[in-house]
Amino acid sequence: MGEFLLLMISAILVNNILLIRFLGNCPFLGVSKSMDTATGMGMAVIFVLTLAGMITWLVHHYILVPLDLTYLRTIAFILVIATLVQFVEMVIQKTAPPLYEALGIYLPLITTNCAVLGVAIINVDEGYDLITAIFFSFASACGFALALVLMAGMRERFALVEIPKAFEGTAIGLITAGLIALAFSGFMGLV
Amino acid sequence: MASLRAEFTKGLWQSLPPFRLVLGLCPTLAVTTTGINGMGMGLATTFVLIFSNLFVSLLRRFIPTQVRIASFIVIIASFVVIVELLMQAYFYQLFTVLGIFIPLIVVNCIILGRAEAFASKNNPIRSLADGMGIGLGFTLSLLVLGSIRELLGAGTLLYYDAARPGFHIMWASFEPFAFMLKPPGAFVALGILLAFMNLISQIQAQRGGGR
Repeated sequence: MGEFLLLMISAILVNNILLIRFLGNCPFLGVSKSMDTATGMGMAVIFVLTLAGMITWLVHHYILVPLDLTYLRTIAFILVIATLVQFVEMVIQKTAPPLYEALGIYLPLITTNCAVLGVAIINVDEGYDLITAIFFSFASACGFALALVLMAGMRERFALVEIPKAFEGTAIGLITAGLIALAFSGFMGLV
Repeated sequence: MASLRAEFTKGLWQSLPPFRLVLGLCPTLAVTTTGINGMGMGLATTFVLIFSNLFVSLLRRFIPTQVRIASFIVIIASFVVIVELLMQAYFYQLFTVLGIFIPLIVVNCIILGRAEAFASKNNPIRSLADGMGIGLGFTLSLLVLGSIRELLGAGTLLYYDAARPGFHIMWASFEPFAFMLKPPGAFVALGILLAFMNLISQIQAQRGGGR
């Protein structure tokens, strides 16, 4: 259990997927303007990323490797992710309408979130076994949600302060992200 | 001819990819630790962008609207695999440095964005010009951002590997500002560059009398 705890801390704090590995930055700056959207997006990413991490691992080890087609990894993974997202959307819509209300609009966006494909590729490149891969996907997604919510909390306060004209919008968002990343690099050496 | 030039040049300032469109940020932030890395990433993306634009445009009458996004992704992913294999064969050093960000060109929103917003509505020649313009803009942005970070963070310019160390143009007692090469430095450098571009646009707008 100890190693899973280490993996969890490493994926959430030390190698945060958004701030240190730079995966999924478009939604990071796009949907971090209010707390509600940030939590919604964070939840949707945790859900899809964990599922996608598991399924792409299975596809890689039981379909691509036996058929010697590993060079088609990128195409296979992105198709699996796109299908999965569509499928999850339909299932949630039928079975849990309130959840669909909350996550609905964020689900399609996740297809082109590079965090999902990125984590799937890291799982395979690092040679994780199935349990570790699922655990790593879940922990990475939690790190994503954490950074997104932190960022949204800070950006909500921008409404109250005066920002130099040239820095308005994305520019100040990027610099804030830089400061959060700086805080996170304080965790370096923890694991 | 004039409109073709307009399609090409709009990618260089008006809708300069990482700055104006705020798309494709992940590779922009992650690989720009040196100018050459940034340029390599930019060229790989440009290659995919040009060919995906061309093929999406050629096939635009045959792709049913309902499944267009999935079709675009398949077209884009095919060219990404081609780039991946080509770089592995001929630019192995760059391939290892860029690592995971080469397969991730598939989910670069710039490419899917151009396919959806431009190539699926315009003829192949115009789409080609659009792809080249946006691709060149992206490459130049990454080269500039990479060079700034490299110059401040390591004091060199155009460093490739130990055999081709580029130029040392900083003075001898220059203390490298290692923060710029770290992840937080990437965010701050891009943020300041973006603010600088906003400033230039504002000054231009004032000079032109709000033109």
